[in-house]
Amino acid sequence: MAQRQEKNIARFGVYAFLVIMAAFFLMPLYVMVATSLKTMDEVRGSSIFAFPLRPTLEAWATAWNSACTGLTCAGVSVGFFNSLKIMIPSTFLSIMLGAVTGYALSFWRPKGAGVIFAVLVVAAFIPYQVFIYPLVRVLSQVGLYNSLGGIIMVHVIFGLPIMVLMFRNYYAGLPRDLFSAARVDGGGFWDIFFRLMLPLSPPIMIVAVILQSTHIWNDFLFGLVFAGSDNRPMTVLLNNIVNTTQGEKAYNVDMAATILTALVPLVIYLASGRWFVRGIAAGAVKG
Amino acid sequence: MLPAWIIVIGVFIGAMIWTFVISMTNSRLIPIYKFNFFDQYVRLMGNDGWLVSVGNLVVFGVLFIAICLVLGFLMAIMMDQKIRGESLFRTIFLYPYAMSFVVTGLVWQWVLNPTFGIQATVRGWGFDTFVFDWIVRPDRAIFVLVLAAVWQGSGLVMAILLAGLRGVDEDLWKATKVDGIAKWRVYTSIVLPIIAPMAATATVLLSVAVVKAYDLVVALTGGGPGNATEVPAKFVMENLFERQNVALANAGAIMMLAAVVIVATPIYYARRSMAQKAAG
Repeated sequence: MAQRQEKNIARFGVYAFLVIMAAFFLMPLYVMVATSLKTMDEVRGSSIFAFPLRPTLEAWATAWNSACTGLTCAGVSVGFFNSLKIMIPSTFLSIMLGAVTGYALSFWRPKGAGVIFAVLVVAAFIPYQVFIYPLVRVLSQVGLYNSLGGIIMVHVIFGLPIMVLMFRNYYAGLPRDLFSAARVDGGGFWDIFFRLMLPLSPPIMIVAVILQSTHIWNDFLFGLVFAGSDNRPMTVLLNNIVNTTQGEKAYNVDMAATILTALVPLVIYLASGRWFVRGIAAGAVKG
Repeated sequence: MLPAWIIVIGVFIGAMIWTFVISMTNSRLIPIYKFNFFDQYVRLMGNDGWLVSVGNLVVFGVLFIAICLVLGFLMAIMMDQKIRGESLFRTIFLYPYAMSFVVTGLVWQWVLNPTFGIQATVRGWGFDTFVFDWIVRPDRAIFVLVLAAVWQGSGLVMAILLAGLRGVDEDLWKATKVDGIAKWRVYTSIVLPIIAPMAATATVLLSVAVVKAYDLVVALTGGGPGNATEVPAKFVMENLFERQNVALANAGAIMMLAAVVIVATPIYYARRSMAQKAAG
């Protein structure tokens, strides 16, 4: 009987701990949503934890259409579309390049494959600041600095280590006889890639898309340095809106803009569920 | 195919060497190849801004990594008790990791705002003298950075360690139960060594994130108040793009690289020897 009771207390402790932690993790999200649904008068007059009395989407509309950064007042929508324009090609290109390179490294094993792989693995850990200045110089020499093409190129380059790592490990797990048989049948490099390997790749592709799209969407540093004023991604625009406001701050608009920026990766996260965790395990090196 | 590698090796190795070479010069805005070797590094060691930012990073890094590991381990253990709603809890603990550091920084900036945030709320409950203004206090702001970073990163540690716990043999639990060993002892003396490689992986990830810390600082505190939360990555960026101190900035970048090497290499080897021990 006593043992039973002890066990119940332990169970209660476990759930109490988990619920308290969950509250800690959810609190900022709740505050962010609640604040964004209030008017500024209500923000000033109530606690940040208070439920919005007359929820309104006004702040959301302002954040989307007309929040200001300095002199331009076009909201975060500009950044949203810029981020899309950066994210879609960058994700696609880095995955394709990673898949082809990973495939070549694990099946064709060209000379120096070991060296290339080692460099890529190490490169995944190097602080970006080490590369920034040379990249700025080179990209401005070829006219790609402050352009959409430039920022996409930067994302593809720095996405490569993790993508190659993932695809190489995935292909290394496929039976080698499959590849040998295709070779005997006379398949060439691209033949085997497109007709045999790509159709076998959806599981790793899904993980790669989740990982790259969220990572590129959430990028701030590269967008700040390489995108230029016409292509500023949403994260950069958001930071400008919130942290460089002149005069009175509109906290409800700030929070609405923040949610809008978090929305895309959050939706990807919630929709992908366990795939996201798998992506973390596979892409953990990225950090 | 081949061109792809050449570009990559060219960018990664070439850019690194270039950065190192420039750090050996006196370049301000454009590269000037007149070498003065380690002058910039000497200057860096005498630069208050740099020294403060390194000190901040050490405090931030040690606290952030320690708290993330402890909290992540605790959460993983609790999650491993065959609980209901595991996937719901997992979703909640991990969602901050899906968001941008900029979002994390801005949300916490708002929550901790002394005029409207937690401090004001608690005062509103009648505790008039309650003070929680760390975000505007130079001696406390660094802990705010730790708080926000832990919020974003500890779920990741939980996910990695939970995967490790799931790999622990069920028989181990039966055996220790028969022997009447307390559960917490099993966790600290038997399970912890088994999942040590996962903990090492998590530590490497967290350390790399520490050295790279930039977005979160810019969004949450902007390095302030004063220079209380300045970090090396921000120092490098400012000297590159605002102060036209390219050589000094690149010397700082190389020092960041050295920090990653110094932290990651021993962990990597320790991990490898642990794996070898486990294998044979």
